[in-house]
Amino acid sequence: MQLTLKVWRQKNNKAEGKFEFHKIQAEEHMSFLEMLDVLNEKIVSEKKEPVAFEHDCREGICGSCSMVINGRPHGPQAGTTTCQLHMRAYKSGDTITIEPFRATSFPVIKDLVVDRSSFDNIIQAGGYISVNTGQAVDGNAIPVNRDDASDAFDSAACIGCGACVAACPNGSAMLFTSAKINHLEKLPQGKIEHNTRVKNMIKQMDKEGFGKCSNVGACGVECPKEIPMDNIAAMNRSYLTSVFTKE
Amino acid sequence: MKLDSKTPEGSLAEKWTKYRGSMNLVAPNNKRRLDVIVVGTGLAGASAASTLGELGYNVKAFTFHDSPRRAHSIAAQGGINAAKNYQNDGDSIYRLFYDTIKGGDYRSRESNVHRLAECSTEIIDQAVAQGVPFAREYGGLLANRSFGGVQVSRTFYARGQTGQQLLIGAYSGLSRQIALGKVKMHNRHEMLDVVIVDGKARGIITRNLLTGKLEKHAAHCVVLATGGYGNVFYLSTNAMGSNVSAAWRAVKKGALMANPCYTQIHPTCIPVSGEYQSKLTLMSESLRNDGRVWVPNKLDDAKAIQQGQKTAQELKEEDRDYYLERRYPAFGNLVPRDVASRAAKTATDEGKGVVKTGLGVYLDFAAAIERYGKSTAHTKGISNPSSAQIKELGEEVVSQKYGNLFQMYEKITGENPYKSPMKIYPAVHYTMGGLWVDYNLETNIPGLFALGEANFSDHGANRLGASALMQGLADGYFVIPYTIGQFLSNEIRTPQISNESPEFITAEKETRARLDHLIDTNGNQSVESFHRKLGKIMWEYCGMSRNAEGLQKGIKMIQDLREEFKKDVFVPGVVEEFNPELEKATRVADFLEMGEVMMRDALDRNESCGGHFREEYVSSDGEAERNDEEYTYVAAWEWLENGKPQVHKEELKFENVELKTRSYK
Ligand SMILES: Cc1cc2nc3c(=O)[nH]c(=O)nc-3n(C[C@H](O)[C@H](O)[C@H](O)COP(=O)(O)OP(=O)(O)OC[C@H]3O[C@@H](n4cnc5c(N)ncnc54)[C@H](O)[C@@H]3O)c2cc1C
Ligand code: SF4
Ligand code: FES
Repeated sequence: MQLTLKVWRQKNNKAEGKFEFHKIQAEEHMSFLEMLDVLNEKIVSEKKEPVAFEHDCREGICGSCSMVINGRPHGPQAGTTTCQLHMRAYKSGDTITIEPFRATSFPVIKDLVVDRSSFDNIIQAGGYISVNTGQAVDGNAIPVNRDDASDAFDSAACIGCGACVAACPNGSAMLFTSAKINHLEKLPQGKIEHNTRVKNMIKQMDKEGFGKCSNVGACGVECPKEIPMDNIAAMNRSYLTSVFTKE
Repeated sequence: MKLDSKTPEGSLAEKWTKYRGSMNLVAPNNKRRLDVIVVGTGLAGASAASTLGELGYNVKAFTFHDSPRRAHSIAAQGGINAAKNYQNDGDSIYRLFYDTIKGGDYRSRESNVHRLAECSTEIIDQAVAQGVPFAREYGGLLANRSFGGVQVSRTFYARGQTGQQLLIGAYSGLSRQIALGKVKMHNRHEMLDVVIVDGKARGIITRNLLTGKLEKHAAHCVVLATGGYGNVFYLSTNAMGSNVSAAWRAVKKGALMANPCYTQIHPTCIPVSGEYQSKLTLMSESLRNDGRVWVPNKLDDAKAIQQGQKTAQELKEEDRDYYLERRYPAFGNLVPRDVASRAAKTATDEGKGVVKTGLGVYLDFAAAIERYGKSTAHTKGISNPSSAQIKELGEEVVSQKYGNLFQMYEKITGENPYKSPMKIYPAVHYTMGGLWVDYNLETNIPGLFALGEANFSDHGANRLGASALMQGLADGYFVIPYTIGQFLSNEIRTPQISNESPEFITAEKETRARLDHLIDTNGNQSVESFHRKLGKIMWEYCGMSRNAEGLQKGIKMIQDLREEFKKDVFVPGVVEEFNPELEKATRVADFLEMGEVMMRDALDRNESCGGHFREEYVSSDGEAERNDEEYTYVAAWEWLENGKPQVHKEELKFENVELKTRSYK
């Protein structure tokens, strides 16, 4: 298939960015990133600088790949990361616009690569259970309700990609943060520090410059791991409780 | 060179406990004064860095990723082993030890493997305490499943994302230490050299990948947890960034690379679809619990299927060859990986492949769907269920067990595996070889340690499923925190190491020269094209089966390719900027040397064992034939600048298990 790519090029954080147009030949069994590999091979063969994009696992689990494709983070398919998208979703003659995730808290590094260290900072503020190595009791000492474990998993499945932030008109990180909070809260081991965790993580989220949530719901739609939106409501409830409880 | 494994005295079951109890300790006030560098924050590195931080050491951790959470470990699917015997099915530490020794085809160190089995149980406890949402039974207790090469259920799992959940657990522990100031995290920093001062590893040279600037980092010792080198084959199931450079740089400074030819080829991956292919996707081994592997019996049928004129469903039972069940009745579809991969190769070599290229076999769930459907119908009290009902109920069960894997398959291939069988083929997956380490996980360079997939220590010539996560976490949480004390207890009077010594300055200069050379070459071929060529040579001559003639040819081809690379590689941009092409170039340059050592090792080892299959050494029924008389040793390679790597040997002594022909029949 013959495609026209309209790709965002930006030398570095300070430089001004602009779109560049490329015509390329792709095949339907290629993944989207393999299509970009083909583009980059072509650019390199012309002795120019290839399009920088982040990627690693190429199977939808590391959360590295981050681009907005025709206006949608991770492209058109539900529950799919960019690296899992295949060219059979497109047809010959299509023009595809490719941009980086855009959000104040994710500054552009180069082309399609953005800095998502703000997510690490949120986790460092409390996205853990305080247990040192070797202190743990036997794995079966505390039974965990099967449904609770399963719910915890549903939230824990977040890959930290940031599509939720990129999709949100306010650049809010509520889905990411609430997913971590609820993952831990659903398990007996994580309940103990719940109140402080909620307060500290939300505080850090605000400090990183993420926007407020106004219930647009775009995060839930674009999240490649289909992290449920009700995580946000649960976090809001916990936040209110935590503010009114003394430690 | 004499290789001393430093295995402690005593009976196998007591070695670790006794050793741990009598080791030199470092007092808390001294720990505060000791700096430790940890390179790599996958399962092994993150668990080590956080635990060392908890103990009080000053830890500096490095990863080339933008966050520790993105390490390749995140992709592990199937599960993690532990000898908990929660299922009461006869499991024990000894049995896990024995299975691992046998699975590794009697080419690993007894003492290390036993320690691994001992630590396995604590890992599960630790992970549960961190909030890893393992699968549970209705009663709230932990669930298990089986993996290849064993007859008990000892694998713990979190749906098909066990690696992700374990890494998130380790990453959260690490994040806590970062917040507490005990670990200083350096994301997007790639180690490009290790610095040796007075014979001890005292630091590293890194490149800040955002700015391109070189930095010198000093510490009292250096821990490498930098993963495996499967990407030397270009196509593998490893993440795109996985590479050998950290380990290889250590080798260039005198460390030894042990058993480099032991490569694991995983039997269940999605077949290659075209030239543009950038990586291969694993379909978890857990699928072999319920999937049946087969090819057509008749060549005509295979041909028709390859040409798209027939489908799997059109073949009657008697026209199918469930070759694993036929050849290995005791283990059936759950034989170890090396055995399953070779059997697939045999079938496709005979022309019985089921994809266009001929390189693919079926993994079929129809029987499992029917079996589960019937039993669910029975439990639900549905009498005389229709076949449509059975199928629906069965698909539901299969979806609960493997839903995300089925989805993943469909996304990649565009085919629905509930309707027609999956097509799979072996692919490079894991490297058992790695830096040579002794019982303390220390390399032959004092103060340089290696953990996780980066070392060679526990899996012999073949790794069993769900054992890499176990090993990485055992090394990081439960071994290195003790054994590092054996080195550091002698360093408590050593003041902070300066990064301005001549050794650091020289290492930085050399690194800079290497980078400049790559850019200045300004040739005509892309880094990617060299990597692809190298991969093809490796796969052709050092892949699923090897022979002396091919290996000799391959060595020559790699040497030529390396020369061509030096003269004609093109790397755009400059050193001092964010430059992913330059990152790739340094890694491929190291792969071009590592590949040769792998081939030399394969050529030197005149036997077939585990993942190393030499066509010259097979039994009459086509199975691998070991030569215990001559090859019961670890081959540890030294890189000599004259271009002739030299092998050193560590004899393996088996005092507790009897060396047997590995049989899964
Ligand atoms: C698809 C797949 C599925 C798997 N499933 C399973 C499974 O179910 N069970 C199981 O037991 N095993 C499984 N494995 C194997 C297992 O995942 C790996 O062996 C294991 O995770 C390796 O962990 P590690 O910590 O040693 O290395 P990695 O996770 O590879 O981490 C390496 C770290 O080193 C860093 N690094 C490397 N080089 C440098 C450098 N030069 N400078 C700075 N940082 C550097 C990286 O950034 C990264 O942080 C699977 C593997 C694959 C590919
Ligand atoms: S919540 Fe979803 S979109 Fe947001 S970071 Fe996690 S996986 Fe990505
Ligand atoms: S590259 Fe890992 S999720 Fe896309």
